[in-house]
Amino acid sequence: MFTKVALLVLRKDVAIEVKSFEMFSTTLFFAVSCVLVFAFALVRDGVVVADAAAGILWIAIAFAGTLALGRTFERERYAETLRALLLAPAPRAAIYVGKLLGIVLLLAVGEAILVPLVALLFSAALFARPLLLGGLLLAGTVGFGAVGTLFAAMLVRSRTRDVMLPILLYPITVPVIIAGVRGTAALLEAAPDEPTALMWIGLLTAFDVVFVTLALWTFEPLMTE
Amino acid sequence: MTAMLTRILTVVATVLLAAPAWALQQPPPPKGEFVPIEQLPPGDQLPSAPLLVAAYAFVWLAVMVYLWTIWRRLNKVEAEMHALEHRRAGSGR
Amino acid sequence: MKRVFLPVLAVAAAMFAFAPIYIANAPFEASMGLVSKIFYFHVPSWFAMFAAIFISGISSAIYLFKGRAWADRLGVAGAEVAVLFGSMGLVTGPLWGRKSWGVWWPWDARVTIALLLELTFIAYLLVRKFGGPGSEKLAAALSIFGMFNVPFLYMSVNIWRTIHPPTTVIPTLPSGMPGPFWLSVAAFLTLCALLLTLRSGLEHQRAALDALYLEDE
Repeated sequence: MFTKVALLVLRKDVAIEVKSFEMFSTTLFFAVSCVLVFAFALVRDGVVVADAAAGILWIAIAFAGTLALGRTFERERYAETLRALLLAPAPRAAIYVGKLLGIVLLLAVGEAILVPLVALLFSAALFARPLLLGGLLLAGTVGFGAVGTLFAAMLVRSRTRDVMLPILLYPITVPVIIAGVRGTAALLEAAPDEPTALMWIGLLTAFDVVFVTLALWTFEPLMTE
Repeated sequence: MTAMLTRILTVVATVLLAAPAWALQQPPPPKGEFVPIEQLPPGDQLPSAPLLVAAYAFVWLAVMVYLWTIWRRLNKVEAEMHALEHRRAGSGR
Repeated sequence: MKRVFLPVLAVAAAMFAFAPIYIANAPFEASMGLVSKIFYFHVPSWFAMFAAIFISGISSAIYLFKGRAWADRLGVAGAEVAVLFGSMGLVTGPLWGRKSWGVWWPWDARVTIALLLELTFIAYLLVRKFGGPGSEKLAAALSIFGMFNVPFLYMSVNIWRTIHPPTTVIPTLPSGMPGPFWLSVAAFLTLCALLLTLRSGLEHQRAALDALYLEDE
C-alpha cells in the first residue's frame, strides 16, 4: 500500500512533467546560468580557481534544487491538489516519499546534463571515477531533497515561501554541501583520492538515513492543521 | 519636503560620523601565504584590554537588552489584558 | 518554578558578580596573556547555547508529536535564548581571535558550527514571525532538524576545517583555571535557565490573552 501510493504520486508528477517539460527545462537552464555566472566570477586567464569545479557543480545543484522544490509544490497549490492529496485515504508519509522521489528524479536528470557540462567548461576530470561520483551525487541529492521536500510542503501556504525556503534549507543542508564538494574535489585530484570520497559518501548516507527518517516521522503531524 | 531633507541629512551625518571609527580599524591581514606564528613581534601586538573589555561589555549588554525586550513585551501583554478585562467589566458579564 | 525564581536570580547575580574577581586572579595563559580571559565567557556561552538548543529541540518534538502547548512555549523560549547566547559566542570569539590569531574570522570549526546553528535558529524565529499559517509546527520541525544536525555539522565542518592550514593553537587548561571556568559555566547555565523561564512565562501570558480574546467572541 505504502509503496503503491508513493509510486502513484511519482507517476503522476512524471506524467505531468513529461507533457510540458516546463519544470525540467527551466530548472536546467537556471542551473546552466548559475554555472556560467560562477565561471565568470572565478575563472582568471582561462584557468579556474582550484577546486572551483566541484564547488560550482554543487552550488548549481543546490540553487536549482531550491527552485525546483518551490515550484513542485507551487504547482500543487495552484491546482489545489495538495488538499486532495492529503484527503486521500493514503498514508501521508507515502505522499512525502512520492514527492521526494519526484524531486530526486528531476534533479538526477538535470545532474546528468550538468556534470558533463561542468567537466567540459572547467577541464575537470569528473569521469575518472564515475561510480563514486554517481554515489556522491545520489546521496547528496537525496539528502538535500529529503529536507527540502518537507520544508517546501509546509511552506506552500505561506506568503513568504520563496524566500523562506532557502533560509530554512541552507543551514540544515550545509553538511550535504560540504560533503559533496569535498568528495567531488577529492575525486578531481590528479590521483583520485578514493578513501576520502568513500568517507564523504558514508557521511552523506548517514545524513540521508537520519533525515529521511525524521521527515517521515514529522510529515504527518506537520501536515495536520 | 523638509521631512525628506531631514532624512537625507540624517543619513549623511551618520556616514560622516561613522567614517573616522571605520578608518581607525586595524588593517586587514596581508594577502599571500598564511603562515601561522607563535608570538607576534612587539611592534605588531594589539592592546588586549580593549578587546577584553569589549567582549565582557557585549555579554552584559546582550543580556540586559534581552531582559528589557522581555519586560517590554510582557508589559504590552498585561496592558492588553487589563484593557480587555476593563471592557468586559464595563459592558457587563 | 515561581517560588524558586527570585532566590535563583539572587544566586546567579552573585555568581556573575564574583566571577570577574575569580577570573582576574586566575593565572595568565602563557601564549595569549590577558585576552585569553575572554575564554571564561566565550566557552560557557557555547555551553548555554547548546543547552538551549537541546531544550528547544526536545520540547519542539514533544509539541509536534503530543501537541502540548507548554512544549511549544519552551521551544520558542529555547530558540530565542539560543540565538542570544550564540550571538555572545560569535562576538566574543572574533574579539579573542583577532588578538590571538590575527584574523577576525578564522573559519575555525567551532565558530563556524556556532554560526550555522545560530542561522538555523534565527531562521526558526523568522519562520514563526513571517511563516504564515502553521508556522509554529514548521518552526518546531526546524528546531528538531537543527538539533539532529549538530553531530553532522560537527563531523563535516571539523573534517572540512582540517584540510585548510591550521590557524589555532587551542590551549589546554592548566591548573588554576578550572575553578573560574566551571564557575562561569555554572553561572551561564543558571542564567540560561532563568531566561528560559522568563521567556516561556511571556508566551504563557500571551496564550492567556489569546484565550481571553477567544472567550470574548
